[in-house]
Amino acid sequence: MPAKSASIHSIELDLFIEAMTRRHGYDFSNYARASLKRRVAGLAQKLGFASVAELLPRLLYDGDLLPEILAGLSVPVTKMFRDPMVFKAMVETLLPMLATYPRLNIWQAGCATGEEVYSLAILLEEAGLLHKAQIYATDINDAALAKAEEGIFPAKMVEEHADNYLHAGGTRTLASHFSLGYGFAKVSGAIKDHISFAHHNLVSDGVFCEVNLVVCRNVLIYFDRHLQDRVLGLFETSLSRGGFLCLGSKENIAFSAAAPHFTPVNAALRLYKKSGGTS
Amino acid sequence: MSDRWRHPAIKAIAIGCSAGGLDVLHVILPLLPADFALPVVVVAHIGPSAENLIVGALRRDCLLPVVEAEERMTVTPGTIHVAPPDYHLLVEADHTFSLSVDSKVNNSRPSIDVFLASAADAWGSGLAAVLLTGANCDGVGGMAAVKAADGFCIVQDPATAYAPIMPQSAIDAGIADRVLTPEGIAALIVSFHSSSHKGAVA
Ligand SMILES: C[S@@+](CC[C@H](N)C(=O)[O-])C[C@H]1O[C@@H](n2cnc3c(N)ncnc32)[C@H](O)[C@@H]1O
Repeated sequence: MPAKSASIHSIELDLFIEAMTRRHGYDFSNYARASLKRRVAGLAQKLGFASVAELLPRLLYDGDLLPEILAGLSVPVTKMFRDPMVFKAMVETLLPMLATYPRLNIWQAGCATGEEVYSLAILLEEAGLLHKAQIYATDINDAALAKAEEGIFPAKMVEEHADNYLHAGGTRTLASHFSLGYGFAKVSGAIKDHISFAHHNLVSDGVFCEVNLVVCRNVLIYFDRHLQDRVLGLFETSLSRGGFLCLGSKENIAFSAAAPHFTPVNAALRLYKKSGGTS
Repeated sequence: MSDRWRHPAIKAIAIGCSAGGLDVLHVILPLLPADFALPVVVVAHIGPSAENLIVGALRRDCLLPVVEAEERMTVTPGTIHVAPPDYHLLVEADHTFSLSVDSKVNNSRPSIDVFLASAADAWGSGLAAVLLTGANCDGVGGMAAVKAADGFCIVQDPATAYAPIMPQSAIDAGIADRVLTPEGIAALIVSFHSSSHKGAVA
């Protein structure tokens, strides 16, 4: 029986995943397949190919295409202070517990274009903790990382998120953390100095330092349970004793193999503490 | 209506709606009996809010359990699953849900097209998709995907719709197997359940 178009698309996706893994070392086989399929199809279309199959030769023979492929696959949709109550809880509940440490290492995994990590850093600054903080913000999308590192956003973004900033517990004005001009807003150097942006692949890279807080929001939803378990294990290993984990508002840790290693601090807001004991 | 539909068994019901949708859901879903054995998934356009207002509203009137769809949750028979606000909902081949925060599609998140395309892959001819009232064209592409996968397409009669554009666009695209009133849709969905009782379902 000849294959139906749905299964042809499925074969194309398998070939794409195989090519990405073997040619470029990026393994997408444990991504949630339905949304990956959408993104791969969208990518082929955006690059002007009639099908995913037509994209394959370029993927195999044109090494320069990789950044564009990664940028198209990991659509960096983000915003400042998404779910302001989560930020408020981080500041009001987690930071006081961390305030006694002489140094504060924070890892934000899947930082996209930086809006979220800057939101966090702004609140840390206002809480008087940024001076002893080192934030590592990582992603696999180099184009997004470059934008994040630049820290330049449309001025209207600052206006649009002023309310969320206040809901998140901001005590000044959001604009006070930017220098404004020409329709653009640049994150102040005082904030940027404490953030290092780096390429890190949650699929294949390991622990790179010990941290007190891991923030990884709306990244695990793109992974299947196997990869979620791996990544949560990576976070568990990276966290110091009593360190905290903050996940996206719709991300579930309950079914994960890593669940026993984390105790909810605020389950509804997806804030967890690494359980004591073994490490 | 054409009677090309000769499927042995419908395995899942997907319902998409936009403007005016909650009222129609309130007509259809309470008519599903407590022993209704198929999974139902609702994707409705609602503004971003921390709380899922549709879940609360439907829970009061429905005989079936109503839950918000969660990532990695297995689609459950006899349960009404509702897409969370501000996330796209998808279903995987193993019938677990996925979420995404990818850009809006048809200016919507959740998008009915996004869900139906994945559901067409996951259930193929076992899917019955229902498109209700709405003021934009989200859902039409998804219904076409359902149709292409040999699923069954039910569209609300635009004359009964608060916003006829969405159902009318599906009809104009020639992909409606049935065009029915909300009560008619409920009766048809209930009949899927009875026929699935007769044919032994795994
Ligand atoms: C939807 S964005 C989330 C951005 C931000 N955390 C938020 O919630 O607003 C998901 C990000 O995860 C990144 N990502 C996807 N796969 C990754 C991987 N294997 N390792 C690291 N980052 C990844 C993407 O590049 C993208 O920037």
